[in-house]
Amino acid sequence: MTTAITVSGLVKDFGASTRALDHLELHVESGEVHGFLGPNGAGKTTTIRVLLGLLRADAGHVALLGGDPWRDAVALHRRLAYVPGEVNLWPNLTGGEVIDLLGDLRGGLDSDRREDLLERFQLDPTKKIRAYSKGNRQKVALVAAFSSDVELYLLDEPTSGLDPLMEGIFQGVVQELRAAGRSILLSSHILSEVEALCDRVTIIRAGRAAETGTFDELRHLTRTSVVVDTAKPVESVTLLPGVHDARVHDGHAEFSVDPGELNHVLEHLVDLDVRSMITSPPTLEELFMRHYGESIAVPPRDADAEVVTAR
Amino acid sequence: MSGFTGTVRLIRLAMRRDRITLPAWILGMAAFLAATTAMFADQYSKHPQLLEPDTGIVVENPGMRVLGLVTGTSVGGYTLHRDALTLAVLAALMSVLAVVRHTRQAEELGREEMLGAGVVGRYASLAAAVIVTLAANLVLAMLLALGMVVAGQPAAGSLVAGTSIALVGVAFTGVAAVTSQLASTTRGATGLAGAVLGVAFMLAALGNMLGTVDSAALRVTSAWPAWLSPIGWGQQMRPFADNLWWPLGLAVLFMGSLFWLAVVLVGRRDVGRGMWPERRGSAHASPALLSPAGLVWRLQRGTLLGWAIGLLGFGLVFGALSGQIEGLEGEATEWYATFGGDADLLGAYWASMMQIAGMAVAIYAVSLLLRLHRDEAQGTLESVLATAVSRLRWLGAYAVNALAGAMMLILVFAVAMGITGGQVLGGTTTLLRDLVAAALVQLPAIGVLGAAVVALVMLLPRLSVGLSWALVVFSVFVGPMFGPSLGLPAWLLDLSPFTHVPNAPAVAVSTEPILGLGLAGLLLSTAGILLLRRRNLTLPA
Repeated sequence: MTTAITVSGLVKDFGASTRALDHLELHVESGEVHGFLGPNGAGKTTTIRVLLGLLRADAGHVALLGGDPWRDAVALHRRLAYVPGEVNLWPNLTGGEVIDLLGDLRGGLDSDRREDLLERFQLDPTKKIRAYSKGNRQKVALVAAFSSDVELYLLDEPTSGLDPLMEGIFQGVVQELRAAGRSILLSSHILSEVEALCDRVTIIRAGRAAETGTFDELRHLTRTSVVVDTAKPVESVTLLPGVHDARVHDGHAEFSVDPGELNHVLEHLVDLDVRSMITSPPTLEELFMRHYGESIAVPPRDADAEVVTAR
Repeated sequence: MSGFTGTVRLIRLAMRRDRITLPAWILGMAAFLAATTAMFADQYSKHPQLLEPDTGIVVENPGMRVLGLVTGTSVGGYTLHRDALTLAVLAALMSVLAVVRHTRQAEELGREEMLGAGVVGRYASLAAAVIVTLAANLVLAMLLALGMVVAGQPAAGSLVAGTSIALVGVAFTGVAAVTSQLASTTRGATGLAGAVLGVAFMLAALGNMLGTVDSAALRVTSAWPAWLSPIGWGQQMRPFADNLWWPLGLAVLFMGSLFWLAVVLVGRRDVGRGMWPERRGSAHASPALLSPAGLVWRLQRGTLLGWAIGLLGFGLVFGALSGQIEGLEGEATEWYATFGGDADLLGAYWASMMQIAGMAVAIYAVSLLLRLHRDEAQGTLESVLATAVSRLRWLGAYAVNALAGAMMLILVFAVAMGITGGQVLGGTTTLLRDLVAAALVQLPAIGVLGAAVVALVMLLPRLSVGLSWALVVFSVFVGPMFGPSLGLPAWLLDLSPFTHVPNAPAVAVSTEPILGLGLAGLLLSTAGILLLRRRNLTLPA
């Protein structure tokens, strides 16, 4: 099995003082939908522009569909389609004209598929680009990309501005492409979308890959939340290694546990005579918050919320 | 008056945004006028006996009257004849761009929506834009006058002179206020105002050319078309002679009525839309659009058509004037002989007209090639280069369009001039053949400027627009139209590609300058291509 995208040790500087990408690692297997997550300014768009050969890597190795994205840009671009994060198109062309133009410049598009997508996304192709709303401009870019049958789709926040109905249509199209064995790199901030679509994710922060893997793998790296009521006083649990953010009063305790320490904590709790207990794996939000910014504290939540969000 | 609520705040916003732009325009124009005034003042203090015959040239020669009017003998008046048209066009452009920037462009970019959601009246943006632009024109009048006074000219005449230029800016402030309501895009609003400027120039030029000269050959009474044009009104103030103030009233009245019309139009339309409704277009692209060159053609064909109509008009008029040139006698012949490089007056006239058209067409080519930078800065390039289009093919699409467009425009001008010239003088076939050849030899110089713009866009993308226009202005001013009469040294003249254009049809075309220009163009474009292949694109964040 070949890999669709291999990026290792990628460095990209803008001027002497700004390091946009700092030894980034990113591996997308053929046929997978790979989520690309990170806070604003983390380097997602820069990475995609390097992958498109629009920016030149300062150091590191970048391979796209087995080729060099800088040297073989034109040949590689026949085999991929791109949806930019900020859709800048020609204001005086119609949506239909832009879809045909971009498809043709890529090497041709499937006109049946074009009609089908226009229908599904409910897009009027006779309007001028300047007359479309932000969401509709986004749809033009999506239809233009998905109308071509290519090996790899690079999608940079493709659903910002889409309504929930259209978000659903988008997810349907991506599922079809995955079923057809296409590779997709999906940069997104919409966690439910990433969870619904992606096989694996890479979380990027400050130009580095902070984490990569399947959701289960990522969850295993993250603390589990525990809410417990015991017959005996529970204070002693706060002294155990791997227990964090503990709040205790009487026989009630709420805390989080490092993944490797959960068994020790459970052994200790059994001795305290557990009356009721809820453990929940980290939510996606917690997962991302941890990576998105160390300085941004996750607000403590009450027990009701814990139960509601428990998975 | 709640429609104007917030105008004062918006004026401050506009002044903050324009704190570099407007002063740069005004100071540049004032410095240019002061410098040329000082130059002519120096020249005529050394050779005072030349002033009267030189004035006679520009009064008697209908072709020179296209540039403006001179009344009586004065250094100030003579200088203004050389500078007035350039300055008037610049004042009009400054005003149009400023008004459009704060009205239609703000709407197109969605800024107006944010402002309109605040405590801001419906007409506040328009009023603020117009007030700021009028204030800029007031300052312009003062500084132009100051520039001439500093260069030793009488104060009263200088003030009238400055006002006669700023008056055009005032009139076009009103024009832009209306076009910003009619068109729904920045380009549309600017283009429409530019078309009005072209018509205004044509009317003033026509009125002056058809005017009658008094017996002393020191005063032209313009024909009626000049009175229909704001540029004409400025000229009728006759600075340094009659010093008339009342034509300013015409401009203020004109501006006031257009502003009132714009206010009425604002009240009748939706924010973000023009008075002309947005039409639907085709759901499918035509095959002609489906290539980078086809895309560029599609994006600029409207502009090209506008240029073609303008050059067609000028060509027809200048051709028809050939008869009057033939009848010309005395000093007026010398200017053409110098410019056109031949004692044969008609040949020299045609050669100079072809060169002026060549410079105009170069402006078209440069403005088209600067879209290379806009594609990059505005981000449309990202979508194109993410397809199987190479950087070189993208550049090639622009180069082909610029070259083909320039060729078409200069040929339109040559053929139009040949047709009416032939009507007047006979021998249409020979004339057409000569003029078409003369048109084609203009292309290498245009190509050099275009290649220089490409190299600039690739080397210094962020500065390329300003530098490219500076290069155009420089090439025109040290070129054959102004350079020799300004007494500039030969090495400086040689820096302009226009200096090397053969004086066809007056003089037989030699191959050396053509080859030299071709080589320079080749070197510059190769540099541009090499730079383009290596560099990062400066796309929007």
